[in-house]
Amino acid sequence: MVLELYLDLLSQPCRAVYIFAMKNRIPFELRTVELLKGHLLSREFSQINILQKVPTLKDGDFILTESAAILIYLSLQYQTADHWYPSELRARVRVHEYLGWHADCIRGTFGVPLWTQVLAPLIGIHVTEEKVERNKAAMARALQQLEDKFLGYWDFLNSQQVTLADIMALEELMQPVALGWDLFEGRPKLAAWRERVEAFLGTDLCQETRGRILNILEQAANKTVPQPVPEVYPYMLFRISRIP
Amino acid sequence: MALELYLDLLSQPCRAIYIFAKKNRIPFELRTVELLKGQHLSDAFAQVNPLKKVPALKDGDFTLTESVAILLYLTRKYKVPDHWYPQDLQACARVDEYLAWQHTALRRSCLRALWHKVMLPVFLGEPVSPEMLATTLAELDVSLELLEGKFLQNKAFLTGPQVSLADLVAITELMHPVGAGCRVFEGRPKLAAWRQRVEAAVGEALFREAHEVILKAKDSPPADPTIKQKLMPGVLAMIQ
Repeated sequence: MVLELYLDLLSQPCRAVYIFAMKNRIPFELRTVELLKGHLLSREFSQINILQKVPTLKDGDFILTESAAILIYLSLQYQTADHWYPSELRARVRVHEYLGWHADCIRGTFGVPLWTQVLAPLIGIHVTEEKVERNKAAMARALQQLEDKFLGYWDFLNSQQVTLADIMALEELMQPVALGWDLFEGRPKLAAWRERVEAFLGTDLCQETRGRILNILEQAANKTVPQPVPEVYPYMLFRISRIP
Repeated sequence: MALELYLDLLSQPCRAIYIFAKKNRIPFELRTVELLKGQHLSDAFAQVNPLKKVPALKDGDFTLTESVAILLYLTRKYKVPDHWYPQDLQACARVDEYLAWQHTALRRSCLRALWHKVMLPVFLGEPVSPEMLATTLAELDVSLELLEGKFLQNKAFLTGPQVSLADLVAITELMHPVGAGCRVFEGRPKLAAWRQRVEAAVGEALFREAHEVILKAKDSPPADPTIKQKLMPGVLAMIQ
């Protein structure tokens, strides 16, 4: 039975999983689950993941959710190069240290611009300026900590070699970048880190993975973003209500 | 040099680490960092963790932050029984999955429940609107449903037949709303029975000792104005 990955490449953790699997030549079948088309809430998908979240992995009858858990599982199951998820204890827990901070300060912050600029307007919702400003401040704070505490004098986050932490972080940052935010302006250290990560992954893979998100502004301008099906309105309203 | 753990048992991940270290007889020196006195904001503590957060671990010149990372470090360094964080790939993935989920779901609900119901109004003297409190408690309900329905199901523990880091991290979270006076186990017999099993697995005396502080949080005297001013920005960033 071949490995199946349920992904929506508009979602940043899904892109991290996709890039990791492709870069490491892990054979898998891509099952695209598009939020706007209501796939996430479909009966078929809820049977696989009752949390109705992507990414989801299915390996025979073993089903796993949560991007960090999926990346760790893939790296161990397919014995990918050690640098991704180092076996040396202190190096390994440095990856977890980053992932813990990421869950608090990156996740939930860098995804907001897509909602405020593209997805909320699709269903006629305007996110208040106050919230947009608060998000901007939260992003600036997080970038500073990312640079000072996790990049520091390293080449990669908490490490001299690329790890799971780098792809999780970079795909989050790409979310606002795709919406026209220049997060790397005035941050040469962070910009150099991005270049190192992308050079390691390869330009083609980065572009292929990010095609849809990088086109999202243009699609929004041309009104070619799929109109959400009514079933997903409550879910979208819930997500929008959670924007701090 | 002895292992040092910088903790405040008011914080739920600190309680998980404290219980884990004690239960597994890991020798450590406790460095208490009192959050309600703003000790985490001191220059001395910034030397240990520039992000000014507890828990933090110091093992000689190795400093580590973030509770999950600390728990995994202790697990592997001290070779504790396998059930805490199994070597088996799929069993381990289940623990990782829970730990990732709780971070953005249950964690948020439990923290907000405590602050909206008790710490903001009682300790900091900041009123919380009834609508805000109702939203917070409704969100907590949704997380509890998922904890029971998706993770516990009909198993003895969250990720399998034996207690793991997932259970420890979950129970210490749930004691936050319990400390705020929420009846999280009422009408949830499966979750209540699981709580008994987790308490028995770690030992009731240790469990009680680790939760003394949070169970008295309701009776905190109001903060003095200088402390309030010092703590407010961090509190707002944490619960928004």
